[in-house]
Amino acid sequence: MAELDTGMTTGATRPRPISPHLQIYRPMLTMVMSIVHRITGAALYFGMLLLAWWLIAAATGPNAYANVEWFMGSLIGQLILFGYTWALLHHMLGGIRHLIWDTIHGFEPAEREMLTLATLIGSIALTLILWVVGYLVMGGPR
Amino acid sequence: MVEFTLPKNSKITEGRKWPRTSHATHVGEFRIYRWNPDDGQNPSIDTYFVDRDDCGPMVLDALIWIKNNVDPTLTFRRSCREGVCGSCAMNIDGTNTLACTKAIDDARAPVKIYPLPHQPVVKDLVPDLKNFYAQYASIEPWLQTTTPAPQKEWRQSHQDRAKLDGMYECILCACCSTSCPSYWWNSDRYLGPAALLQANRWVQDSRDEATGDRLDNLEDPFRLYRCHTIMNCSKACPKGLNPAKEIAQLKKALVDRQL
Repeated sequence: MAELDTGMTTGATRPRPISPHLQIYRPMLTMVMSIVHRITGAALYFGMLLLAWWLIAAATGPNAYANVEWFMGSLIGQLILFGYTWALLHHMLGGIRHLIWDTIHGFEPAEREMLTLATLIGSIALTLILWVVGYLVMGGPR
Repeated sequence: MVEFTLPKNSKITEGRKWPRTSHATHVGEFRIYRWNPDDGQNPSIDTYFVDRDDCGPMVLDALIWIKNNVDPTLTFRRSCREGVCGSCAMNIDGTNTLACTKAIDDARAPVKIYPLPHQPVVKDLVPDLKNFYAQYASIEPWLQTTTPAPQKEWRQSHQDRAKLDGMYECILCACCSTSCPSYWWNSDRYLGPAALLQANRWVQDSRDEATGDRLDNLEDPFRLYRCHTIMNCSKACPKGLNPAKEIAQLKKALVDRQL
């Protein structure tokens, strides 16, 4: 593969600038959602740490578990949990979208937009439903 | 490598505001990327005012009008002016397209024009596409056979010929590849949508007998699999082709041959 030529050849007097990219490209739904898929994927690593903390605390004893319960029940904890739920669902639906694309379906202009919008709306709706049902089962916030 | 910001020598500064022509009533404003290899300055954005009553409807018409009437140093590639040569590919109003088939009225005013994204700039709107062409050459875009050549031409059924629709029309303008964030970060190792669409054009060709070798060449974490179906390529293609779909077909061909 030819190496990227950054200038200093064919009479250029100094290195060539790189033309602008992210700075000027118009954001598009599929592009933005691809970025969000990456970010949620990275966020899930931190979410797994939370999950591990919870499991380890449960195995350690009542005091450790109470600490986790207290943190998860606090406003900050609830916000983090809510964000983790959304990231998980969003990444999962994004994964399903990529599975569909891997079968060479959903590539036509209207289809790809609809699929992408569906993962966004779907993830928000599922997150809300999960939390509403969760609170109903628990009988309101504690 | 992922670099979200531009290197120091590529940062864009405010450029010159060129004067309006006196008598024009219907004026279009254009903000155009300039870089001169000879003056030691950073790239800048120049502002031009075009007399729309004296100018054709397309962005290329405006560029030529500016070059003829305002600033003869404005540098860009163009040739056929009807979307078959691919020379005037550039970033207009935030997306890559051909200046000759993009109507001025379809772009938001003021019309912003940059060279194809994340490429070394030769001058103004002219990018250095050496790497792009080398990648095209690397997929060996010609018919490869081992059986003896027939007396006349290599025959192909109508159905097999139809498989090449949506690929043979590619004019290699580089709009798709340079719209792809994955290509921006990894153009040294990722082939990009245009070269991959062309690769699929030969993989799908019923007359070609090097399919296995072609697929071997693509089975690589970077060359093919840096495609993350971001879809900028398919949205940018000025010929209405669907590189993302052709890449998906290549990925599927690689899976199918394992089964």
